[in-house]
Amino acid sequence: MIISVASGKGGTGKTTIAVNLALSLSDVQLLDCDVEEPNCHIFIKPVFKSRNAVFIPVPVVNQNKCDGCGRCQEVCVYNAVVVVNKKVLLFPELCHGCGSCTYFCPHKAIEEEKKEIGVIEIGKNGETQFVHGKLNIGMMMSPPVIRAVKKHINRKKTVIIDAPPGTSCPVITAIKDTDFVILVTEPTPFGLNDLSLAVEVVRKLGISFGVIINRSDLGNKKTDEYCAAENIPVLMRIPFSKKIAEIYSRGDSIVKVLPEYREKFQELYKKIEQNKNQPGIK
Amino acid sequence: MKVAITSSGPTLQSNVDPRFGRCPYYIIYDTEDGSFKAVENKSSLAAGGAGIQAGQNISDMKVEAVITGNVGPNAFRVLSAASIKIYSGATGSVKDAIDKFKNGEYKETAGPDVESHFGMGRK
Repeated sequence: MIISVASGKGGTGKTTIAVNLALSLSDVQLLDCDVEEPNCHIFIKPVFKSRNAVFIPVPVVNQNKCDGCGRCQEVCVYNAVVVVNKKVLLFPELCHGCGSCTYFCPHKAIEEEKKEIGVIEIGKNGETQFVHGKLNIGMMMSPPVIRAVKKHINRKKTVIIDAPPGTSCPVITAIKDTDFVILVTEPTPFGLNDLSLAVEVVRKLGISFGVIINRSDLGNKKTDEYCAAENIPVLMRIPFSKKIAEIYSRGDSIVKVLPEYREKFQELYKKIEQNKNQPGIK
Repeated sequence: MKVAITSSGPTLQSNVDPRFGRCPYYIIYDTEDGSFKAVENKSSLAAGGAGIQAGQNISDMKVEAVITGNVGPNAFRVLSAASIKIYSGATGSVKDAIDKFKNGEYKETAGPDVESHFGMGRK
């Protein structure tokens, strides 16, 4: 089973959930797909055994073959190619590497060159296999790096994916084709607003999901009311605790310092198994 | 010659919009006969590359100069490639900007004066 951990709002506790769930189960592979700021490794402390660059193809124009027809500009939906005065101007930082301009150029004037946008590191700590991606500084396209991380999914294991925050392409790339999405939220107006946006995304993708309410004794009851009204299972509640915050800030994991949490995370896994075949359609 | 002024509305009384790529309208003004037309900026809501697309559209309209508040690096590249002159730093109404331009009060911009994404999320 592949479980992804997403949230909508940032800072709700995705990494805490992903890491502690991983450490409570056996035969686990943890993938940190928050490639803009990966941090699971701080808690897992893996020994990395390999490091590979991630490339995207970017166009290069052969001016001798180009007649400035403008077909490349027509097919580029990202405004990375424009033709002005019959000359092609390229904006590689806007290029998604889709290859359309190369494919459609009637004069075969566009070639592709590889541009490095990030790296993948693979390692492990004890039983936990670990993979994460890191987007290079200054690069904007995280989905290709996320896809490169997900190529290492080992379906024989329980796979846990730590997704980036938000509801746009990086999140969709991370949670797509997973069997269950855990949405981590906090019971605040911001948390609820962003949770409801994330719920819309997950429903559109047709993936089963449930909610974890972190810092559950803060804020108000609106998140509970929302989940009840929308028929969304609340899988777990973690109270606001100075102890947990201290553990996190030291780079420790909750289940190691507070062993009673190991059972709670195993319980969480059982609830996921019970709910995984219920697509979250209202 | 035809001049494009980035505008917040479709008339000469509208204010100059400081954003090149994401302004709602361009006023295309003809300095020879004083005629003008307002053109909606289709790039104003582009997910990315608004300045690039806008530069391309302006170039297609055979405009020779752009008067605006600010211009970013990508738009600057496109406009320069199209040999379109850029006059940035304009404020006030479109009409004021045209008058100042005619009086030679604007200096041609030698390079981009804001970072990419300056126009995003601004109104």
